[in-house]
Amino acid sequence: MALWLRGLVRGRGYALLSVPAVVWLVLFFIAPVIIVLGISFMSRGTGGLPVLPLTLDNYSRTFNVFGGVIGQSVRFALITTIVCLLLGYPMAYFIKTRRTRWAKGVALFLVVLPFWTNLLIRTYAWRFLLAREGLINSLLLELRLIDAPIQILNTEFAVILGLVYGMLPFMVLPIYASMERFDFRYIEAAQDLGAGAWAAFWRVLLPMTLPGVIAGCVLVFVPSIGSYVTPDLLGGNRGLMIATLLASQLTGSGNMPQGAAISMVLLAMIVVPLAVYVWTGRKEGQRG
Amino acid sequence: MVSQIATPLEVRQQQIVDRARRTRQLHRVGKVGLIVAPLAGYFFLWAPIVLLVAFSFNASSSLATWSGFSFQWYQTIFDGAIGSGSPNSFSSRLMLNALGNSVLVALIATLISCVIGTLVALSLARGRYPGKRLLSGLLYAPIIIPDVTQGVSLALFFKVVFDFIHMVSGERPVTGFTTIIIGHVAFNISYVAIVVGARLADMNPRYEEAAADLGAGPWQAFRRVTLPLLMPGIIAGGLLAFTMSLDDFVITFFLSGVGTTTLPLYVYSLLKVSVTPEINAISTVMLIASTAFVGASLWFQGNATKTAA
Repeated sequence: MALWLRGLVRGRGYALLSVPAVVWLVLFFIAPVIIVLGISFMSRGTGGLPVLPLTLDNYSRTFNVFGGVIGQSVRFALITTIVCLLLGYPMAYFIKTRRTRWAKGVALFLVVLPFWTNLLIRTYAWRFLLAREGLINSLLLELRLIDAPIQILNTEFAVILGLVYGMLPFMVLPIYASMERFDFRYIEAAQDLGAGAWAAFWRVLLPMTLPGVIAGCVLVFVPSIGSYVTPDLLGGNRGLMIATLLASQLTGSGNMPQGAAISMVLLAMIVVPLAVYVWTGRKEGQRG
Repeated sequence: MVSQIATPLEVRQQQIVDRARRTRQLHRVGKVGLIVAPLAGYFFLWAPIVLLVAFSFNASSSLATWSGFSFQWYQTIFDGAIGSGSPNSFSSRLMLNALGNSVLVALIATLISCVIGTLVALSLARGRYPGKRLLSGLLYAPIIIPDVTQGVSLALFFKVVFDFIHMVSGERPVTGFTTIIIGHVAFNISYVAIVVGARLADMNPRYEEAAADLGAGPWQAFRRVTLPLLMPGIIAGGLLAFTMSLDDFVITFFLSGVGTTTLPLYVYSLLKVSVTPEINAISTVMLIASTAFVGASLWFQGNATKTAA
C-alpha cells in the first residue's frame, strides 16, 4: 500500500516537471490558434482590425475569391508529394542497400545535411541558378537549345522545383527508416517462391514499407501546402500559394478577419492528413 | 537425321530461356534505374548548394561565367566590419547589427528552451500520469505545423493581447525581441525535448537506483548522476535549437518589430530584390555556421548513445 502510494506520488511528481512546457505551449501555441479561430468569424473594421458582428463571410470569401489560390496550393503540394515519392523511394533503397556502415552513413548524411541548413539560403540558390542571366539559362543558350534567355523564375515550374528540393529529405528519411526495419530475407523468400523482381517489389517490399511511404507523403504534403518562402521567392505573381496570400492579408492595410479565416482553412487542410498519419501510425504500433 | 521441327520440350525450353533473358534485361534496367535515380536525387540536392558556394568565390560578379578564384566578396561583406571605410560599410554595419540581434535572440531562446525542454523530457520519460500521450503529441506539433501558421497566429495573438494591455493600462507594448524569443522558444522546446528524450530512453536507470541505494536523496541523485549523464543530450538539443533559432525566417518575420531585424530577415531583404555575389558569400557563411552547429549536435547525440548504455 505504502509502496503503491509512493510510486503514485513519484509518477505524479514527475508530472509537475511538464508544467512549464505545457504552460508555454498552451499560451503561445494553442491559445493563438483559438484566438485566430475567433477572429475569423468577426467583421472587418477600420484598418483591417476585427470588429463585431459575427459573420461567416470571411469563409465564403476564402472559397469564392481565393479558391483559385487554394486549389493551386493543393495542386502544387500534391505534385510535390508525388515527385518526392518517385525520387525519394529509390534514394531510400539506395541508402539501405549500401554494404558498408561507412557508405550507408555517408549516403544518409548527404540527405540529412541539406535538411538542416537554412531553407531561405537553399531557396536563394535556386533564384541564383534560375535567374535570367543565371547558370541554367546560359547553359541552355550554350547548348543552343534556346535562342534567348527564358523565364524560369516566377513560374509554377520554379515553385514546384523549389518545393521538391526543400521537401525531398522529408520523404527519404521515413521511407529509409521503414526499410531499415524491413527484413530483406522476405525478398529472397518471395523470389524462392517464384516471384520476379517486380512482383517482389510490388507485393512484398512496397506493402511492408507502406507506413514509411505514408509518413513521408504526409511529412512532404503538410509543409508544402503551408510553404511561404518558396512561393514567395520563386513564384512571384504566378506561383501564389495560401501562405503568400495569408501574409498579404495581414501586412499593411490588410484584412485581419479574412487572414484569420484563410489561416484556419490552411490549418484544416493540414490536420486531415496528419490525422490519417497518426491513425495509420497507431494501427502499425498495434501490429508491431 | 536431325528433325527440323522442334519438339514440345524444346519449345518449352526456348520459352524458359527467353523469359529468363527478358527478366535479366528487366533486372538490368531496374538495377540501372535504382542507381541512376538516387544519384540524380543526390545531384539535385547538392548541385545548387555547391554552385552557390563556388560562385561566392568567383572573381567577377557574373552569375554564370567562372572568371577565377577570389575572396573579394568576402572582403566586401566583412570590410565595413573592420571599419576600413569601404563604400559598402553601411550595409556591412546593418549586416553585423542583424547578426548581433540573431545571436542574442538565439542564445536566450536556447537557454529557456533547454530548461523547459529537459524538464518535460524527464517528465515524459519517468512520470506516470494521464495525458502523457497527448502531451508528447503536442510536443511534435510545433515541428510539423507549418511555420507560417505559427507565425501568423502568434502575431495576431500579440496584437489582441497588446490591444488589451493598451485598454487597461494606456500603454501599448510593441513587437520586438521579447515576441521573437517567445515564438522561438515555442518551437525549440520540441527540439530539445525530443533529443533529450532520446538520450533518456537510452540511459540505464540503474545508475539512479544505485545512487539512491548509496544514500543519495532525489535532488542529489539528479544533480550528481542524472544531469551529468544527460548533459550530452542537453548540449545536442541546445545546439539544434540554437541553429533553428539562428536560421528561422518565417516566424521571426511575423514577430519582429522596428530595430529587431535578424540576420535571415536582413538577408531576405537583400535577396528579394537582387542576386549578387555578396549574397552568395553571406549565404556560404550561414551555411557553414549551421552545418557546424548541426554537425556538433549530431556528434554529441552519437556520443550520447555510446556512453549512456
